[in-house]
Amino acid sequence: MFFKSFLIKYGEIGIKGKNRYLFEDALVKQIRHALKHVEGEFTVRKEQGRIFAESQGDFDFEEAVEALQRVFGIVGICPVLECDDLPVEELAVTAIDYMNEVYPEGEYTFKVNARRTRKSYPMDSMELNSFLGEKILDAFPKTSVDVHNPQILLNVEIRERIYIYSKIIPGPGGMPVGTNGKCMLLLSGGIDSPVAGYMIAKRGVKLDAVYFHAPPYTSERAKQKVIDLARIVSRYSGPINLHVVNFTDIQLAIYEKCPHEELTIIMRRYMMRIAEHFAVATKSAGLITGESIGQVASQTIQSLAATNEVCTLPVFRPLIAFDKQDIVDIALKIGTYDTSIQPYEDCCTIFVAKHPVTKPNRNIIRRDEEKLALVIEELLQKAIETTETIWIEEER
Amino acid sequence: MEAYLDNSATTGCLDRVRDVVVKTMMEDFGNPSSKHLKGVQAERYVRESREAIAKTMKVKEQEIFFTSGGTESDNWALIGAAMAKKRQGNHIITTAVEHAAVLQPALFLKEQGFRVTFLPVDRYGRIRLSELENALDEDTILVSVMYVNNEIGAREPLDAVRTMMKKKAPRALLHTDAIQAYGKYRIYPKREGIDLLSVSGHKIHGPKGTGFLYVDEHVNIRPLILGGGQQKGMRSGTDNVPGIAGLGEAARAAYEDFPEKQAYLYELKAHFMEGLAALPDVVPNSLPGEEGAPHIVSASFRGVRSEVLLHALEEKGIYVSSGSACSSNKKLPVSTVLKEIGLEKELLDATLRFSFSTFTTREELDYCLDALKELLPLLRRFSRH
Repeated sequence: MFFKSFLIKYGEIGIKGKNRYLFEDALVKQIRHALKHVEGEFTVRKEQGRIFAESQGDFDFEEAVEALQRVFGIVGICPVLECDDLPVEELAVTAIDYMNEVYPEGEYTFKVNARRTRKSYPMDSMELNSFLGEKILDAFPKTSVDVHNPQILLNVEIRERIYIYSKIIPGPGGMPVGTNGKCMLLLSGGIDSPVAGYMIAKRGVKLDAVYFHAPPYTSERAKQKVIDLARIVSRYSGPINLHVVNFTDIQLAIYEKCPHEELTIIMRRYMMRIAEHFAVATKSAGLITGESIGQVASQTIQSLAATNEVCTLPVFRPLIAFDKQDIVDIALKIGTYDTSIQPYEDCCTIFVAKHPVTKPNRNIIRRDEEKLALVIEELLQKAIETTETIWIEEER
Repeated sequence: MEAYLDNSATTGCLDRVRDVVVKTMMEDFGNPSSKHLKGVQAERYVRESREAIAKTMKVKEQEIFFTSGGTESDNWALIGAAMAKKRQGNHIITTAVEHAAVLQPALFLKEQGFRVTFLPVDRYGRIRLSELENALDEDTILVSVMYVNNEIGAREPLDAVRTMMKKKAPRALLHTDAIQAYGKYRIYPKREGIDLLSVSGHKIHGPKGTGFLYVDEHVNIRPLILGGGQQKGMRSGTDNVPGIAGLGEAARAAYEDFPEKQAYLYELKAHFMEGLAALPDVVPNSLPGEEGAPHIVSASFRGVRSEVLLHALEEKGIYVSSGSACSSNKKLPVSTVLKEIGLEKELLDATLRFSFSTFTTREELDYCLDALKELLPLLRRFSRH
């Protein structure tokens, strides 16, 4: 095993001022968690504004990189050659070994970028740059130095120990989960909502989720599909508490008492109310939906306004200006797409009017909702009481 | 109460089957190909199973070949027969209502250059003999007609098929997919002129992943699975001893007290069909009495989506199959069988299959009928518009 450790680069955390340590600690925690299920033993430590994940012996390199690529907050993952203090001649040999191992083709332009924080080391950064550069040039005759635009930037850091790295594997970016509170995701079996959850989680937000189940109109498999989706999202976001609400009776009541072209809007208003109930009860600070302007009748601006007005918590809609294809691209990237397209009906498609309202008038909707007044409190109460909560945690 | 009425999908395992499976996994676990005692002990189970199965059909034990199940048996019969007989002719006849395990290999052979005729069927799923007569010719090498249709329980007129083949294509082979028929009928291939016959273990209270193909000793087909030469080189691979032993035990059990069991299934069917007839707007797709299989009843429920009805029954512990996939999803094709019998469009997506076993009770059927009586008006009230 050539590499034993990773140097983790992070972005936005660096600008968080006095709270910086909170973010760094959260990131360390997330990295430890991510590496827990990777073959090998790792220690993760914070050191002078950087994070190192160091293996204690053999480990699965690909698996470790994959796990780290799912940790929000990481901007770059650098496989690093870590060595004890070395005299300059031996350092040059090590650097040559490194280049030989990592770039065996031996034909490239490069530049050495040395940094010396331990001032007792016999050469300073400038001297190291030219000394190591020459040694590498000698060892690989087909290479040349390009100080402005090198193909390879070889970093050599002289600290308590010495670190050599050049490759930066991109991380997902964002912020460590848990640094920005918690939100409640309205999760359906579709393509959009898991992506929306992923995007908000990427901003450091922990997730819980609510799913509306409508047996016998939706099947056990539809529910299993949502559990599977939550599991995939939780590989990024960490554990999710999934609330499965039995929505059938409410839906049937709406169907019986309200105008059919308003079914979907009124149904969504009750979904928002129930989601908000669970959000408040479990200390989520906002709701998340996968809505995107104009995608379907219930996602016109007027429809969104009509569903929005029943909540007091903020509703985050990260996909609001996304085209479908862009959403699909993310779903493919994060691995939810194949599950999302499994053909099970979800509760939104059971009773769809032929011509649903696209510009609902909120006064009319409110008035028609009144028709449920006699039964709705009891139905809501029952739906909330019979909700099943499932703890979703995926090995990362 | 629970009522498992999906026995054509699969059946529960018999205790005696389980016992022999466990015994051959835990104690007599040898490889029948081994030369030592352990191998010999294991081989005995395989031999005894083969004997037991051969006896149920009055055939020779060397005519039974164990497979991984119905699908493999069907694939092997079609492709193996077509390859063995391709010098003799190029025409294969099957029906439009076969299980996918026959339809797909038939389509594969079509791709490979064979001419394939898919015979149409009548309202109750039976092929029309005139169509068969027109299709049969000198070039025909194989006719594959299922014994019992898996979706609606239609019983195909195999005797008439054989008679007609003798006249018009005497050298052609007759294969039958008997997966829904074995254990429900006494089947005597020699008497009925069947050359190849497929059976699956888990439809007769045996283990999943087991089955066999009967191949008449005078018939030559090509093996598809090549390797160590087990089963006389016809089907290589270490014998699945637990599966084979379990299958043999299940076959033995299926034909014990057979006339009583068969009569009991017909009684159940008559009782259930009577109950259905009393419900409004229910259209049966299966024929009553001995005209159809004793254990399958397909019915369409006007104005109700089958999938919703299926899940509503599921909530009451009643398990059935929907005759077709939900039509709201265009990616899934609706059942070809229901289309082939010419079922009206509105009923394609409103059809359920109820299938019984000898463990099904009259009480369970009454429970199911009561549930239907209660659910149908409710679901019709909330139909999609």
